[in-house]
Amino acid sequence: MRDVAVVSFAQSPSVRREPARNEVEILMPVVAEAVERSKIKDRIGFTCSGSCDYLAGQPFAFVWGLEAIGAWPPIRESHVETDGAWALYEAWVLLQEGEIDAALVYGFGKSSPGSLRDVLALQLDPYYLTPLWIDSISMAALQARALLDAGKATEQDMAEVAARSRKDARGNPNAQIAKDQSADDILSEPYIASPLRRSDCAPISDGAAAVVLAAGDAARAATSRPAWIRGIDHRVEPHYPGVRDLTTSPSTAKAAEAAGASRDKIDVAELLAPFTHQELILRDALGLAKPNGTKINPSGGALAANPMMAAGLIRIGEAASRIMSGDADRALAHATSGPCLQQNLVAVLEGE
Amino acid sequence: MSTEPIDVFTQPIRLEYDYTPGTARSRFLKNLEQGTIVGDRCSTCGKVYVGGGSGACPRCGIPCDEVVPLSDRGTVTTYCIVNVPFAGATIEIPYTSASILLDGADIPLMALIQECPAADVRMGMRVEAVWAPEGERGPSMDTIRYFRPTGEEDAPIDDILKRMRDA
Repeated sequence: MRDVAVVSFAQSPSVRREPARNEVEILMPVVAEAVERSKIKDRIGFTCSGSCDYLAGQPFAFVWGLEAIGAWPPIRESHVETDGAWALYEAWVLLQEGEIDAALVYGFGKSSPGSLRDVLALQLDPYYLTPLWIDSISMAALQARALLDAGKATEQDMAEVAARSRKDARGNPNAQIAKDQSADDILSEPYIASPLRRSDCAPISDGAAAVVLAAGDAARAATSRPAWIRGIDHRVEPHYPGVRDLTTSPSTAKAAEAAGASRDKIDVAELLAPFTHQELILRDALGLAKPNGTKINPSGGALAANPMMAAGLIRIGEAASRIMSGDADRALAHATSGPCLQQNLVAVLEGE
Repeated sequence: MSTEPIDVFTQPIRLEYDYTPGTARSRFLKNLEQGTIVGDRCSTCGKVYVGGGSGACPRCGIPCDEVVPLSDRGTVTTYCIVNVPFAGATIEIPYTSASILLDGADIPLMALIQECPAADVRMGMRVEAVWAPEGERGPSMDTIRYFRPTGEEDAPIDDILKRMRDA
């Protein structure tokens, strides 16, 4: 397998609502920063983006994102209608073919224009559950309830995930929610969709992120310490949630196994868990239920900032940043898409 | 209760969005309200964009940094005659929808051509904006009701198309 690494990463600060800038105006400086930092602009041979037209409420809204990258003379480009983490996967596959040496990946979205919980209900399930009009938070609440009823977690466990995430987010300048709040305080909040409290849910965020990937020598030309992708894999579970055991995440476990996650210890794990109970399910699937020396979501994770279609790519970027800075030698990044952790991607990154 | 199976039912679906025009398009729309058209010039390549999409120069991938006033006259670069009615249409068929390259701009705007028979519209035809009366102007493309022929001699369309292609 060809050695491919994350060599630069940039993201916008996440905010509840960008009042003035549209998606492209948010994205443009982020792409420029990631490309500039990579120092290998001329070697970028492919561009891949992740976004969702349902967020913007406009068909083919994603095409507009190309205005941010200067697609002239015509470039080689692709798009995924999901989180930018999957755009990174596509770029990684293309880099494996050996024809190009570097790729630009970006993910962007404004969640603020519509009612996100309703938008997501339609985005991924226009068929099976649409007659019930079940929104994304209610779906997550059903999953949390199943987890509690199975005796696999308590509301206290969930509140502690929320408290830890927001506390760690104080060190993340791009976080939207960062504060020191005790689990007991969180447990005194009212339910918004039992057993989920407001603090159990990721914020609604507008934002964007960009990553430059490079192979071999191009990666070494870009940075002294590339974050090498040693394994990356993604798996999907059935569309209909009724046929799944929502208290487990077999797709995460399989992706982690294929990515070689358990071969050595993991210093940092950045998990895309938009709800507190989902972090518990993911950690169980990843063998990190008791994080033996593994720092979980030091950025604060999605509970601190959740720009849809960028938040998964940000997990990869945050994990890679810790490798590139020398703070970690081996990191795991995870992204999810769909209701109740339906689809999951795991990447393992290492320094040299 | 009927025991007949339900084969079909109607599910009403509606999502509402607050649209954010963005910095550049907001500026474009606010100028329309004042009866003026502005474009964005890229200081790197010099191109002038109108319509205020992203405020970016899509060729250079950077924000345009100069606002330039544009004429409300231009040239039809291409057009189509609409003969098919559709739901929500507010004007009578046949009508003409055209790409209009405003004087001073490098990309065309899309607008209606009226006050002339559809069959007379042609590439190279010179047209001018017909504005909504003052007091009825808002930050909307509706503020330009349509374009109409100026009666000037046709512009050299081959040169214009070549310039747009080569640009």
